[in-house]
Amino acid sequence: MNIVALIKRVPTTDLVAKVGGDGKHLDTAGVQYGVSFYDKIAVEEAVKVKEQLGGEVTILTIGPAAASKDVRECIAMGADKGVILTDDAWADRDALSTATTLKAKLDEIGADVVLCGRVATDRDNAAVGPLLAGLLGWACVTDVVELELGATDGKARREADTGVEEYSFPLPAVITCQKDLNEPRKAGLKGIMAAKKKPLEEVPAPAAENQVEVVGLELPPARQEGRIVGEGADAIPALIEALQNEAKVL
Amino acid sequence: MSILVVLVEHADGAVKRASLEALGAGRSASDDVVAVLVGGGAREAAAGALGATRAICLGGDATSPDSTATAIAAVVKETGAKAFLASATSTGRDLAPRVAALVSSTILSDCTAFDADGDGFTVKRPWLAGKLIATLKSNGPVCCATLRRNAFPVAEGAGPGEIADGAEIDSGKVVLTALTEKERGKLDVSEASVIVSGGRGLKESEHFILVEDLAAAFGNAAVGASRAVVDAGWRPHSEQVGQTGKTVAPQLYVAIGISGAIQHLAGMKTSKVIVAINKDADAPIFKVADYGIVGDAFEVVPKLTEEIKRIKAQG
Repeated sequence: MNIVALIKRVPTTDLVAKVGGDGKHLDTAGVQYGVSFYDKIAVEEAVKVKEQLGGEVTILTIGPAAASKDVRECIAMGADKGVILTDDAWADRDALSTATTLKAKLDEIGADVVLCGRVATDRDNAAVGPLLAGLLGWACVTDVVELELGATDGKARREADTGVEEYSFPLPAVITCQKDLNEPRKAGLKGIMAAKKKPLEEVPAPAAENQVEVVGLELPPARQEGRIVGEGADAIPALIEALQNEAKVL
Repeated sequence: MSILVVLVEHADGAVKRASLEALGAGRSASDDVVAVLVGGGAREAAAGALGATRAICLGGDATSPDSTATAIAAVVKETGAKAFLASATSTGRDLAPRVAALVSSTILSDCTAFDADGDGFTVKRPWLAGKLIATLKSNGPVCCATLRRNAFPVAEGAGPGEIADGAEIDSGKVVLTALTEKERGKLDVSEASVIVSGGRGLKESEHFILVEDLAAAFGNAAVGASRAVVDAGWRPHSEQVGQTGKTVAPQLYVAIGISGAIQHLAGMKTSKVIVAINKDADAPIFKVADYGIVGDAFEVVPKLTEEIKRIKAQG
């Protein structure tokens, strides 16, 4: 089985965000990057599928050359090779431009299943997986919490607002991974050493054709300073009073 | 003015509140709003698509997301719409990007503002779980967007002047085979107007009953959780608020025993009113809370629950 896991290099979630000087970009000074949280779950699932059905796992990303560290980290979890479509302005690509670029590479390398995180924790768009499936004309299940793949088809359970939906689908397919799907493994020393020798292809990504234009970027409005209404249960009347008469939410 | 298509979800013959919000957002940006309804009961629900000038009901059972998206995309193309909106429900988030791909457009997810701007549209949407707010303009053929719940006023006024049957939805690749529904009446954090959230300060998973009881006392509240207690296995991930969970903006957010890690604060700090109950007076949660009580959750919360019950009983 030809398995591809898509990852994205994003700021770590402990980031204290600041707006850059142009008012349109994140101030990247001092920003730490790593693999997006849900993409690790996709990599784990890809390796699990390989362990069960055999085949090969390719880690595919669009990012700067520095993303080789992220790709190696994912290869060390049990993948076989990596591809970086290099673009220093990767964070500025809109979802369609990202999906279009990934599609072109997938047309070239082929895949039976593509796994990716349900959302990247930088732009929070949750879009590339289903957009990519739309462009490829493949089956797609999003927010998957349970996956069962066979040689030609699969079943997935998806977390929906009203409950859990169960789908069957043919391969090839795009699956976007939700947290409950698995617990990503920590790469062992052996995996980390082996990953250094696995093939890692770096090719320039075609220029982005973005439909989205950033007009402005701002910090959310600062909250008005609140107050401690008191200590312990004795403070409850003051809290109720404030919620009823001041905030008017009760 | 540009035609705008809105995906209108319905249940039990009525339009869902989330879709009324999407219709409200659509109507404020365009005078020509086309509501699209899919699946069984679409025809009965269509009259409730307030703010729409017309409604198109697509037949078939709509159990395949890919063919449903194909049919919706066909409506977007046929109407010549310049924008396509859906609520950021689990259905909307699943279908809208596929519709976007089929009309060669990108998607802007979970928008908190949507406005007509000359020939095009601008949106606001959170980045980094709300640590930044981006204002974006879509220059694609169709501005496709999903809209955050509770961020737009519901549509009012008249229903569609014309209700038409559209194409039948074909069977698609992906097929819904089963649906396990959540307990009826159990609200999700992304839709609730009141959220009562608990964190590690509750010490043990059994103590979450305090949070559940307070949520039940409010009547319209959802139970939320911090990442720490989800990772500890006390609560399901669907309840997690924060950067690797859900970003929420209810009318009232009550944080119990939550210290307020930056990832959690990002996910809840645009709530209208925040109440924090925490033993540690220096906890970061008090920096964003409108009202704080420094105290032991085990002492404060049961008494607060009694008080809320008493107030609710008075009506």
